[in-house]
Amino acid sequence: MEPANNNIKISCRNVWKVYGENPGQFFTGQNGDVRDSEDLRQKLKDSGHIGAACNVSFDVHQGEIFIIMGLSGSGKSTMVRCLSRLIEPTAGEVLLDGVDLLKISDADLIEFRRHKMGMVFQNFGLLPHLTVLENICFPLKVQGIDLLKREARAREVINLVGLEGREDSFPRQLSGGQQQRVGIARSLAVEPEVWFLDEPFSALDPLIRRQMQDEFLRLQKMLHKTIVFITHDFLEALRLADRIAIMKDGVVVQIGTPAQLVLSPTDAYVAEFTKDVPRVRIITAGEIIDSNKNSDGISFRVEAAATLEKIMPLFNDHPEGLIVERDGVDIGVVTPQVVVNALATAGDAS
Amino acid sequence: MLIQLPRRNTSDMWPWLGVILVSAVCLLLRDKVAWLNQLPSDLVIPVADWINIYMDWFIDTFKWIFRSINWLLSWPMNGAQALLQWLPWPATIAAFCVVAYISSGWRLSIFTGLALLYMVITGYWSPSMNTLGIVFVSIPLAVGAGFVLAVVSYKSERANRIVQPILDLMQTVPTFAYLIPILLLFGFGPVVGVVASSIYACPPMVRNMILGLQKVPADVLESGVMSGSTKRQLFWWVQVPSAMPNIMVGVNQTTMCALSMVIIAAIIGGSADIGWEVLSTMRKAQFGQSLLAGIVIALIAMILDRISRGFTDRTRAIERRHLSRIERSKPLITALGLMLAFILLSIFVPALRIYPETLIFYPADVINEGLRYVTANYAFFMNTLKNTVLFYYLLPIKIGFANVISPFSWGFSLTSAMVWGYAVVIFVCACWLYLKRSWQSSIAVVVTGGLLYFGLTAIPWLPFILIVTLLAWQTGGLRVATLAFTGLLFMLFTGIWSQAMLSVYLCLAAVMVCLLVGGSLGIWASRSQWASNFLRPINDTLQSMPLFVILIPFLMFFQIGEFTSFLAIIAYAIVPMIRYTEHGLRHVPEETVEAARSMGCSPRQMLWEVKMPLALPEIMLGLNQTVLFALAMLVITALVGSKGLGQSVYIALSSADTGLGLVAGLGMALIAIIADRIIQSWCAKRKDALGLA
Repeated sequence: MEPANNNIKISCRNVWKVYGENPGQFFTGQNGDVRDSEDLRQKLKDSGHIGAACNVSFDVHQGEIFIIMGLSGSGKSTMVRCLSRLIEPTAGEVLLDGVDLLKISDADLIEFRRHKMGMVFQNFGLLPHLTVLENICFPLKVQGIDLLKREARAREVINLVGLEGREDSFPRQLSGGQQQRVGIARSLAVEPEVWFLDEPFSALDPLIRRQMQDEFLRLQKMLHKTIVFITHDFLEALRLADRIAIMKDGVVVQIGTPAQLVLSPTDAYVAEFTKDVPRVRIITAGEIIDSNKNSDGISFRVEAAATLEKIMPLFNDHPEGLIVERDGVDIGVVTPQVVVNALATAGDAS
Repeated sequence: MLIQLPRRNTSDMWPWLGVILVSAVCLLLRDKVAWLNQLPSDLVIPVADWINIYMDWFIDTFKWIFRSINWLLSWPMNGAQALLQWLPWPATIAAFCVVAYISSGWRLSIFTGLALLYMVITGYWSPSMNTLGIVFVSIPLAVGAGFVLAVVSYKSERANRIVQPILDLMQTVPTFAYLIPILLLFGFGPVVGVVASSIYACPPMVRNMILGLQKVPADVLESGVMSGSTKRQLFWWVQVPSAMPNIMVGVNQTTMCALSMVIIAAIIGGSADIGWEVLSTMRKAQFGQSLLAGIVIALIAMILDRISRGFTDRTRAIERRHLSRIERSKPLITALGLMLAFILLSIFVPALRIYPETLIFYPADVINEGLRYVTANYAFFMNTLKNTVLFYYLLPIKIGFANVISPFSWGFSLTSAMVWGYAVVIFVCACWLYLKRSWQSSIAVVVTGGLLYFGLTAIPWLPFILIVTLLAWQTGGLRVATLAFTGLLFMLFTGIWSQAMLSVYLCLAAVMVCLLVGGSLGIWASRSQWASNFLRPINDTLQSMPLFVILIPFLMFFQIGEFTSFLAIIAYAIVPMIRYTEHGLRHVPEETVEAARSMGCSPRQMLWEVKMPLALPEIMLGLNQTVLFALAMLVITALVGSKGLGQSVYIALSSADTGLGLVAGLGMALIAIIADRIIQSWCAKRKDALGLA
């Protein structure tokens, strides 16, 4: 099930990042579209090379939150750095608005970074010698924007992330959560089109992390950025993602919506993650509709995106069932029986 | 079997037994085979002569380049000195006080004012300003060169591989040694001081800056890149400011090194600076005078150190940034105003320009008188102390019990029964240690016992080379062993072996004392906050002191000789031992300490069973520093009559013998580097094993 908006913003095609003595020998040119990638991975291993990212392909749509999830060493941080070219991929293509980032010149790359990309880092990456305001101004300063203009813009984003009053503090005078707010504000200062977040909340306490996730969703509702978000926390991914890519040992194991991952994991590895996830929070009404059943005698309507957790209490008053609609169009019906069936089969999957 | 032998891996022990056997054979044969004691003179390679020939050619060919540099440098230097001499003294004091205030506040400002007033009142103003003039020209040169070198070696791995060993050499080759070629190339005069101190003061800048650049967190760098910085923006706006704390530490150390070298450069004379005042009065045995001048150097060192260290403190810089622009420039305006006022005033009041001689307070004669009184009345005490240490500690290490024990020194002569008794005691100790502790301690007892009996300087060269090489091999592997072996061969074949052994002996004797006393002080400081607070300023002061100054007090009471050198080396080299021991013991992982406490460790067990083993790598790094410090001081003590390589360098300096100076200086550096590598690799191994790396 693809999101409604099909406009592809970032496209990652057969990207490889290989470490070792002579990684180039396995690829001719930039083409990572090798015939047998499993065979090549074995070859890499045998020759003492390490494939940090192997044959990774995915598309990120305009306005989508795309999450790359994996445990440490799975290659997820490598991937986001390949997208921003902080790491030079060994082979493959990274298209941003149809332009291959791996082929453009250094000067063009700098232009892309100045205007199209924003990035948030796990350990915040704030400059210790600059105040909050100056840190947020920094991306504007490197563009050569004059002081008054950039400070005005910086104050806007400071308000956006709720840091008013801390403008003149230095990073080390702030708590972790506040520092990451600075990081977020800085990455948004240039109004980027794509937003990379590399484990932005992993260094924070669980309570603060929750707050920041809500904050993040609130911002995204306002800003509609195209987002690539890295995390090792599956629950975080479920909470935030439109779609999730699960990586293991440099390979993408499965890409799908939270419900797809939970309901039909491709292998035992993915299933292991989804095992303890409460189904009712993941499965949405739209995913289990009975489109054959007619809606006679049913009047109450719910949104397709509503989770089972939300609609189940409604059966108290409407035991006959609910009409499911998407964008104002009725697409089917759910009854208590359908919900029970869906949960029963989902339980089997684990 | 009566005794059950402990099970151990003893494969590494057999080479030691072999070496001990060879040593025994060498010692037995040394009276019959002359070349065991000393390499025949026709085998000695005349490296020194070759260097001299090459140097002559080099000077003749390229002298003009260096003389032009000399000419070029003489401008800023003469300018700086002329300015400092021209400025009325209250104006200069005002400027210094304001800088001190900006750096760290009122207390330092007042201290700076008082210290400079001391120079005025004792009449040392003019030579002090000459010294500062040279220092102020050297610092920017050293910092600038260091900056460039650091950036180059940070960016290029290949450049780094060339720069690092050069830095090692620059810091370990004694300063005297490279004064010689500099002197020959640049000619006499104060510019030599500038050149020498710039070279000497450069390495800490390079090291600290590379460290600072490497320490910039990856996140910070990446955020800079993702902000769209160009390479230049990234360097100047992200990397350099992030590395600033380390860079400022580098500037601080560079400043201290520059001062130290400017003082040492006084030895070649040429400028009426404060170093020369100390040296010339020291040579005339006018200790009162040299003490008063020495205090000036100490004060300059403290002022420069505290001011430049004040600038490394980031919290203060941050506080200052919160001030408004006007408030921030207040001190500067005050300084300029005061200076202008004093300059104008001095036109009408000449005493402000040149402090009137009638007002000078110069108590040198009083000090000399007092010193005479002390040395006359307490001569017995001093001599007893000196002789006791000499007969029972220094000489056994130097020439061994075999030579030192006589009715004159120990009150009896050595009989063969005693020798056998000694041998038996050593043997029994070795066996006991082998059974109860480890083979290493057992071997150590045998080797030490042998050294103490025969004496370090009387041991034939072959056993010494074998012992050091084997030690290097077992701690650092083939590379360190090769280094040690070739280094020792260099000393043997260039004919500086016996001087080298004299240096090793004095260094070793002093380091052992530092190890015991400094280690104990460090343990004490780690357990008592009071002790730590008490020792810290003393350590700081000793470490920032130019080496010269440390000689003066010991020279006053014990005159010229080995004992004075011994004490001066200890005073200087003990500092890192104290510091690293305290630091190591205080920074044992808290969890481990808690675990040990919960198991019921007594304080004594906690120290020796838990903290000590974990802190040992750190403590050994302290020992490493102590060795390097001791060697640095050893060269300086040649001024007060210590023998060895330092003396050779000193002689070479006075006769402008580049070859001898460089060979002896290189020998010194080799001793330092070999000791350094052996200890370092031991530490690395140990840290790795403890999982502390």
